[in-house]
Amino acid sequence: MEILTLGLQGEIFALPAGIVREILDLAPVAEVPNAPPFVGGLINVRGKVVPLADLRVRFGMERTPPTADSRIVVVEVDLDGEVTTVGLLADKVHEVTDVAEAAVEQTPRLGMRWRPDFVKGIGKRGDDFVIIIDIDRVFNTLAADSAALTA
Amino acid sequence: MAADPAQTFREEAAELLVQLEETLLNLEQAPGDRDLVDTAFRALHTLKGSGAMFGFDAAAAFTHHLENAFDLVRQGRLAVTSPLIGVGLAARDHIRALIEDAAGADPAGGEALLAQLAEMVEAPPAGEDEGEGWREDGEPAPAPRGAATWRIRFALARDAMERGTNPLLLLDELCGLGTATVTANTDDLPDLDDIDPAALYLRWDVILTTAQPRSAIDDVFIFVLDDMTLAVESILAGEERLGDILVDRGAVAPEAVEAAAARQERLGALLVRDGKVSPDGVQAALAEQKHLRKEGEEAPAAGSIRVPAERLDGLMDQVGELVIAQARLKQMIAGGDLAQVKSIAEEIERLSNGLRDTTMGIRMVPIGTLFGRFRRLVRDLAKALGKDIALTVAGEETELDKTMIERLNDPLVHLIRNAADHGLEPAEERLAAGKPAQGRIHLAAVHSGAQVLITVSDDGRGMNAAAIRAKAEERGLIAPGAGLSDGELFELVLQPGFSTAAQVTSVSGRGVGMDVVKRNIDSLRGTIAIASRSGAGSEVTLRLPLTLAIIDGLLVRVGRGRYVIPLAAVEECVELSQAEDRRSQGRSFLGIRGELVPFLRLRELFACEAPPEPFQKVVVVSTAELRIGLVVDQIVGEHQTVIKSLSKLHADIQSFSGATILGDGTVALILDVPHLVELGQALEQRLQDS
Repeated sequence: MEILTLGLQGEIFALPAGIVREILDLAPVAEVPNAPPFVGGLINVRGKVVPLADLRVRFGMERTPPTADSRIVVVEVDLDGEVTTVGLLADKVHEVTDVAEAAVEQTPRLGMRWRPDFVKGIGKRGDDFVIIIDIDRVFNTLAADSAALTA
Repeated sequence: MAADPAQTFREEAAELLVQLEETLLNLEQAPGDRDLVDTAFRALHTLKGSGAMFGFDAAAAFTHHLENAFDLVRQGRLAVTSPLIGVGLAARDHIRALIEDAAGADPAGGEALLAQLAEMVEAPPAGEDEGEGWREDGEPAPAPRGAATWRIRFALARDAMERGTNPLLLLDELCGLGTATVTANTDDLPDLDDIDPAALYLRWDVILTTAQPRSAIDDVFIFVLDDMTLAVESILAGEERLGDILVDRGAVAPEAVEAAAARQERLGALLVRDGKVSPDGVQAALAEQKHLRKEGEEAPAAGSIRVPAERLDGLMDQVGELVIAQARLKQMIAGGDLAQVKSIAEEIERLSNGLRDTTMGIRMVPIGTLFGRFRRLVRDLAKALGKDIALTVAGEETELDKTMIERLNDPLVHLIRNAADHGLEPAEERLAAGKPAQGRIHLAAVHSGAQVLITVSDDGRGMNAAAIRAKAEERGLIAPGAGLSDGELFELVLQPGFSTAAQVTSVSGRGVGMDVVKRNIDSLRGTIAIASRSGAGSEVTLRLPLTLAIIDGLLVRVGRGRYVIPLAAVEECVELSQAEDRRSQGRSFLGIRGELVPFLRLRELFACEAPPEPFQKVVVVSTAELRIGLVVDQIVGEHQTVIKSLSKLHADIQSFSGATILGDGTVALILDVPHLVELGQALEQRLQDS
């Protein structure tokens, strides 16, 4: 399958290339007061108001200030049956590449630092592994997670 | 883009069916009205004819039977009765089903309707019920009596006014006959010195389009006919070249027209300059030309065209982007001193504002189109519940954005069902309570500032505050004995699954619905208020914004963020002096010109970290009768705001009703004023209680 690889805090992650609409340079972000930090901002994508999500928050990573390499990956996410355009903050965007489908299947359950339900699979690229993010899961478990947090 | 003819027919049929339904309902009220019978017959006839033409044979064949019945009514051989209307309405629904999906329609239901119809018609003359040759036997629908256009030129006697004739009355009477264009001819007017104030120097040309016969025109002049000149000629709408009109009117010779036309200038101007015709003569002819053009245009198109909804949406989107681009342009040149560019920018602003208003105007639809549908609903509900219910409406001409109208249908249907089922008592109970047996449901719409208020009220038993309290306590929604006002109690029925109805009927009572109504209204940025008096009835008021697309806003800054406050909600802006600022710390009121206004510090609400401006500003906003002050860092100015809705990710953040894009391309949030007012009032209440 075709994937887009991107860097978050030095780790390499991947998104299925099919859901990616475009990659933008950093744009001014409007903060949404009282919004969850994961989706704390709004950006203007070609005249549309689009929420900006920071995956690092969701993955429990440190949030560092943007650098010259920072980019916004605009993707389409299925939110509860409604296709929504969302911007994802990335520390770096690497490339669009092909990974073998078979390799994606074998998700090792042990020794993984990331919540397994956020991982769609592991892609093998040469000798490296990339974690393919299940982006719909990341967004659709948000309400349940914040409910669990406040409970 | 070739339109699918079948689709065109479906759209046309949908309109005819709406018209038919309305006519049948009117006919039930006024069974003797011949015009209504004719209208129903014509609608059926057209449905049958076009249906057959576009291959909707099943619908056409079925319609034929109903048309026959109404033909008998037309001939006075069948009386309009409530059962006939009932069958007519059911048959209308069946026709609609046949047109929408012939295969999916219920054939047995159709047969049953035809059987009922046949019974009412009582043995129709042989041959007619077989349906053979129905394509031919339907006589053409009576066309509206042809309107003719007349040119009336008249001059009264010079001393007519002295003798008590008032030419204005004559003109009024003429205009009353139809559509008229009146031009006065002042050729005979002498110089000021020579004028006799009592004398009549004017002559008139009237172009009249009327369905009345020629004699009606003569009748207007019947008392002055002996002493005047009157010329009445029939002219054809569509004849419109000025030269032709002038020649035809005898105002100028044909050769003069040709000579002038050869010189390729404005014909009227030339003829006047050449002294071939007086300026008034040309004016009169121009007026005639305009009148004829208007009549010619109106005849086929009936003044409106049908446009696919998605094209309107596309237009609105583009206008929205234009407005944003224009705001950017304005912001960009505001600082500079490019006088010429500025004037162009102002021109573009004027144009885009006009375009915005026109586009929004195109999308505005009178709410009567929606109210009209509920007559049938109430009739059917009354029959199903065995109650006598009258629906009254007010404010049908109130206009709302079309998407708003579409999305209001379901909530209103639900409110009306509730009123009919739970609100209105059975007739015996009503009579026992000293009320008329017939229950009343009233629908009203009215503009209130930039909002529309829609109320659904009934004169039924009202809501039972005690029962609602008991139910809410049982369901754990409120603490036992909680101090809630009746209004607050009533709002509990908007919670999911809340119904106090002892029994579930087919119409309502399952407790699904009011929460859906609330969700629908919330999504339209509206609010719901419920009022009720035990024994006297209930009233549900929906408060909705006029449009979902563009508003005028006031741009403010709080910390680093910029926010838009809908200008319609803003009452005034005042500066908060440092002394006042310090005094108000820890208090919930600000003194504004001697009045105490509760306020919200947006910096605190939004948890701003950036240092505050030394001089804070207060924007006083209001909804209905409540008002609060919003304390901000800076008031930036007015802003044309194209509303973009927030995604589901931010749906639960109630302080904002949407977002917009500013001139510099960044995003600003739009404050949800009703919610903030609520928040401010609640805060004030808490501080008072503590």
